[in-house]
Amino acid sequence: MRYSGLKVIKEALTGHKGWTPAWRDPEPQSHYDIVIIGGGGHGLATAYYLAKEFGQKRIAVLEKGWIGGGNVGRNTTIIRSNYLLDGNEPFYEFSLKLWEGLEQDFNYNAMISQRGILNLIHSDAQRDAFTRRGNAMILNGADAEMLTVRQIKERYPYLKTDDARFPIKGGLAQHRGGTVRHDAVAWGYARGADSRGVDIIQNCEVTGFRIENGTCLGVETSRGFIGAGKIGCAVAGSSSRLMSKADMRLPMESHVLQAFVSEGLKPVMPGVVTFGAGHFYCSQSDKGGLVFGGDLDGYNSYAQRGNLPTVEDVCEGGMAIFPAFGRARLLRMWGGIMDMSMDGSPIIDKTHIDGLYFNGGWCYGGFKATPASGYCFAHLLAKDAPHPTATAYRFDRFEKGYMIDEKGMGNQPNLH
Amino acid sequence: MIIDHPLLGPRDSAEFTYMGDAKLIDRPDWQAATAAQDFYEYAYLRDNPAGWHEELWFHEAGDRSWLVVTRNTLTHEISKVELARDVARRRGRST
Amino acid sequence: MTQINRLSGGQIDRDTTLQFTFDGKTYTGQQGDTLASALLANGVRLMGRSFKYHRPRGVLTAGSEEPNALVELRGGARKEPNTRATTVELYDGLLANSQNRLGSLRFDLLAINDRLSNFLTAGFYYKTFMWPAAFWEKLYEPIIRKAAGLGSLSLKEDPDVYDKGFLHCDLMIIGAGPAGLSAALTAGRAGAQVILADEDFRLGGRLNSETFAVGDQTGADWATATLAELSSLPNVRIMPRTTVIGAFDHGIYGAVERVSDHLHTPKDGKPRQILWRIYTKRTVLAAGAIERPIAFENNDRPGIMLASALRTYANRFAVSADKRVAIFTNNDDGHRTAADLYAKGVKIAAVVDSRPDAPRQENYEVLSGEVINTKGRLGLTFADLRLADGSTRTLECGALGVSGGWNPNVHMTCHQRGRPTWNNDLAAFVPGGTLPPGMTVAGAANGEMSTHGALVSGQAGSVAALHDIGIKAKASDLPQAEDAPVSITPFWYVQGCSRAWLDQQNDVTVKDVKLSHQEGFRSVEHLKRYTTLGMATDQGKTSNMGGLAIMAELAGKTIPEVGTTIFRPPYTPTAIGAFAGRHRGMDFHPTRLTPSHTWAEEQGAVFVEVGNWMRAQWFPRAGETTWRESVDREVLATRGSVGVCDVTTLGKVDVQGADAADFLNKIYCNGFAKLPVGKTRYGLMLREDGIAMDDGTAARLAEDHFVVTTTTANALPVYRHMEFVRQCLFPDMDVQLISTTEAWAQYAVAGPNSRKLLENIVDQDISNDAFPFMACANITICGGLRARLFRISFSGELAFEIAVPTAYGDALIRKIMEVGAAFDVTPYGTEALGVMRIEKGHAAGNELNGTTSAQNLGMGRMVSKKKDSIGSILSEREGLNAPGDLRQVGIKPVDPTDPVPAGAHLMTADGPVDAAHDQGYATSACFSPVLGHAIALGFLKDGDQRIGEKMRLVSPLTGVDVAVEIVSAHFVDPEGDRLRA
Repeated sequence: MRYSGLKVIKEALTGHKGWTPAWRDPEPQSHYDIVIIGGGGHGLATAYYLAKEFGQKRIAVLEKGWIGGGNVGRNTTIIRSNYLLDGNEPFYEFSLKLWEGLEQDFNYNAMISQRGILNLIHSDAQRDAFTRRGNAMILNGADAEMLTVRQIKERYPYLKTDDARFPIKGGLAQHRGGTVRHDAVAWGYARGADSRGVDIIQNCEVTGFRIENGTCLGVETSRGFIGAGKIGCAVAGSSSRLMSKADMRLPMESHVLQAFVSEGLKPVMPGVVTFGAGHFYCSQSDKGGLVFGGDLDGYNSYAQRGNLPTVEDVCEGGMAIFPAFGRARLLRMWGGIMDMSMDGSPIIDKTHIDGLYFNGGWCYGGFKATPASGYCFAHLLAKDAPHPTATAYRFDRFEKGYMIDEKGMGNQPNLH
Repeated sequence: MIIDHPLLGPRDSAEFTYMGDAKLIDRPDWQAATAAQDFYEYAYLRDNPAGWHEELWFHEAGDRSWLVVTRNTLTHEISKVELARDVARRRGRST
Repeated sequence: MTQINRLSGGQIDRDTTLQFTFDGKTYTGQQGDTLASALLANGVRLMGRSFKYHRPRGVLTAGSEEPNALVELRGGARKEPNTRATTVELYDGLLANSQNRLGSLRFDLLAINDRLSNFLTAGFYYKTFMWPAAFWEKLYEPIIRKAAGLGSLSLKEDPDVYDKGFLHCDLMIIGAGPAGLSAALTAGRAGAQVILADEDFRLGGRLNSETFAVGDQTGADWATATLAELSSLPNVRIMPRTTVIGAFDHGIYGAVERVSDHLHTPKDGKPRQILWRIYTKRTVLAAGAIERPIAFENNDRPGIMLASALRTYANRFAVSADKRVAIFTNNDDGHRTAADLYAKGVKIAAVVDSRPDAPRQENYEVLSGEVINTKGRLGLTFADLRLADGSTRTLECGALGVSGGWNPNVHMTCHQRGRPTWNNDLAAFVPGGTLPPGMTVAGAANGEMSTHGALVSGQAGSVAALHDIGIKAKASDLPQAEDAPVSITPFWYVQGCSRAWLDQQNDVTVKDVKLSHQEGFRSVEHLKRYTTLGMATDQGKTSNMGGLAIMAELAGKTIPEVGTTIFRPPYTPTAIGAFAGRHRGMDFHPTRLTPSHTWAEEQGAVFVEVGNWMRAQWFPRAGETTWRESVDREVLATRGSVGVCDVTTLGKVDVQGADAADFLNKIYCNGFAKLPVGKTRYGLMLREDGIAMDDGTAARLAEDHFVVTTTTANALPVYRHMEFVRQCLFPDMDVQLISTTEAWAQYAVAGPNSRKLLENIVDQDISNDAFPFMACANITICGGLRARLFRISFSGELAFEIAVPTAYGDALIRKIMEVGAAFDVTPYGTEALGVMRIEKGHAAGNELNGTTSAQNLGMGRMVSKKKDSIGSILSEREGLNAPGDLRQVGIKPVDPTDPVPAGAHLMTADGPVDAAHDQGYATSACFSPVLGHAIALGFLKDGDQRIGEKMRLVSPLTGVDVAVEIVSAHFVDPEGDRLRA
């Protein structure tokens, strides 16, 4: 079924009887060409592009719970490609370009809104670093603009720039960055994949891999064995747990990142603002909630919830630059499990086991990567070769010393 | 969270800085033939369990002890707290 | 005519009449009213508009779960959007305005959405607004955004202050209803340290809303008496107006006390609110239960509310929502409202009971049947009934109390991801699964729905919780109280209804849930996300159950099979300001001042923040109009004669013990074992991954005593790392560490006349022979004051760093200036410091950025292979030694008038300018007053082999594209003659 305004009008006039499920609920088959483990944004996008761009057939996505229930369902919805390093920037710019055409591509309004992202600058050293980054972005074909305080004040007149502990000296803006209705991304990809024959199988937990003579033949699941020619793992915060079933230890830790939303408010935030001197970033959803977050709680966790000191830390950062938000109320706090890698950058690579492929280590930046991650993982699965924008995301980069460390924090995941 | 410091009693975890897996105590022998591989695995690979995890916390706003805290990553329950130095000795790091 | 709906009785102060304004109209109420009860008393039912369809909204509840009656409270910078009228304590002069409307509340132009509702069903926006692509952002989204949102912020800085506090107790009791009071009394009498917190301003919970007797007094009087006894116990802290917002790990709870929200403005410097972090050994959750509505066509009109809320308004606030009231219930509890209102003289139009065996009453009509529709544009006028016999009837009524049963308030039991379990007798979820450790649930929150049950379970919960922690508490005789069993026949929605509201704030109707099911959004989480059911400001407290029940029916499952979404903190929405407390403005982070700060202020220094320190950036002099003039002068004066700079902020770590030298050998990649006493050495510290972590100097003051310096920014992480190496890796080395950063004030005295200056201060011989380059010593100054002297140089000049105990820091800078006057000594700030270090090619923060190796910095050969040091093994990896790796270089413009900005990228002179051809970048840049042109340090691929190459330095971001020459990073005095002078 094709969605359109006309279709909405027609259904409204005929009692909404014509709407059908956005995706089927099929029984798993005994064998697929490609099985994707993880019905989150990355897994669904992988299946979608495998079917749509790489001509693959007989694909299944296995999801332990309900699709879109991982980090694609619990993030702060920001998209951007304001990266510094060669290994990252082309990939994230590719992702941003995919976002730009995504709604028309998968016929679903994910409310992609390029309302701009702004990183505030407080010191000369920060200005130097952001200048280097902005230049790297432009040299990679992305957009970047250095804004003056006056330009920033025009957009955010209530931003506290003076009399502040960290006075604001300017900001690096990426106008093509913005926000997306996150759940709709999972649903749009699921619907698009399903319509191209992908079996999306919910409530199907992978309990083990069947590996013989160094080749992975399929997966044991809560719904029986499912054979597969190739298996792609895209399970974010559960990566270590899943891959341990193939006796792999990964260069990552799972950490909790909290995020927050306020009660609905009339529009005050035109775009996304990031306050690096504190731990705070914020945007406003179309529904009116201020959506904000900050740093990781900092300890390994699979609990999907955090603690009060981090909440306070984030709100302190918020009040430092937006003291007008003091009387807005925080409505809900939640935690997601981040697959924090050892250099803050992801992995999209084959494993040492034939037929077993891995996608993970997205840290807290996985949402914006969703389209490119799916596309590049599909490329790897279909062609057994990395997509040109994802050649650096290898397992062996740590062993060989080719880290992609944007923040320069080294092998301590909670600092990335 | 509250960490029951072996010397100081219960302290709020906000007084501490977290580092990660207590296997970081087990630094390999620099002169071993396999030192390159050993150090790579030591520095980069983690069990990252969903469950009990021995991990290093530094009492930064306190007495500057490094502690090994045994904590469940699913529930955040803490079952044991030891001075890292004692753990290091037990693991044979006395020279 | 005022307060036309005021009844007799109640717990309000009739002698204290308060004036307030709502939407510009002035009314009166009484002390003890909420804004909602006062408006109802004045006959005002219409208080708001819904989110999507802008339907008229009145109060649904009498508590903090209110989804409808949200107002903008107060004005000016204190304006508070989305404030529940049901929790606002009335005060004299209160100002409130309705919100989320275009035009007046009565004639909201956006109510057009309601006419279009057939087009605006659940998820409609995912299916349209896609063509043409550009229209989403330019047209549709701005319209949607403007219409969405609830209240508006003032966008003025919040003028009130918020505090934070910490409390500890044996037992915290959340909720001061019958269960909570019973628990508190038991624990209080047992001598335990007790905190009793309740969100209300009047404690007692439902006891204040009901007419039941407890013992020989009314429930409200029993509550008052019990609170009086609790107040007399020194071990009990009673916290009214305090909402416990979340159950966090290890018995830590967050709570917000609204200290001043019931006042016009906070008094006497008091905070508006306090965020308490409460450390509990045990907790009794006695949060009661929340009544749930029934879905029927047009069940959202002002005047339709929960039956229990009608009862609360009548019994506690002495208010009837209207003169003529009807009830629609599926359980016995709904009848209590009719009885109580009748007793207060309110006309009961009828009680409609969905059960065929509804209990009969003589005073008013009880009908078996259902409410199938309602009328009244801005407030209820009529209810249409379908009776059990199939007949229909229309009731005239201005208020309709609805009771669909009660949900135990399990919110806080889910904060650590516990899931409630289904109780068939109550037709409700009760606490289950894994509760937050240490939590016991009592009273209605645990499904004990009678007053008697609450009193008993509160006491039992308290006794058991205290027993756990070794405190003996006695179960005492409890007063007689109401003990009616729950009689309910689940009834969630009226068959055939469509526009029947489940989530009244977000406008989610039965039709939307059906559509969600039809389109395959059947998981409870998908239902929530697709329809927005339960995402309103009450987190679904009043709406979720209806939606779950309908989804269960459609899916052919039971409600527990469908499951629940999860409640998350905070329990009620909480001001962001409260979480931030006083960490705002200049107090956002602590500020550290150096010992010379006062002196520097006297000199008119401009300060800059570095790692929380405020450092003098430059010292402007009269007549200087730009910072560059000041900085150039400071550099030239230092290089020409002598300058002084406060370098106290550099991290200092005292390293002592027999193994101190061995220890330094571990943490530095270069060797320290052979450093003689009285000498200082530059040290490069690597992380274990082989990347440079920090650099500094180590001075050997004795065989077993070193002083290590770190960069200002890394003082803390380096110290932490050193302790890690000491305690975790080499636990038996004889070495002790202590950070002495704050213990010593330290000044760099640099320039050709620095020795001459210091000779006037230092008691010992510091001639070049006695105290050569890189010497260090414990010395005395000014005739006996202990001090340390290091002959080290960041500027490249003959230079010393002199340190004294912090208390003498101010005196020393004044002494240096005094004796230095003869040499025209010039104080210099961090800018001049930076210029001189760039001129000398010294790496600093911009170069030690966490991604650079010793090799990148041109110090690869410093990494000793003859010893074990942190990072040495992994620094040998291929990627850190590959051809084309970056090397530190100097960059100078071909045209000396051109800039060479930091952050610009290096490109070959005639190659393409793009990422694929990127050659490196400039890290630090400045104008060199010595050379008379701009210079920069940078990293360049194979840079050490490209000295002399002409390149392009481009910064498309800032519009720079200049020809540059790659040079040695040592711009000034490359041979180092000056510093050895």
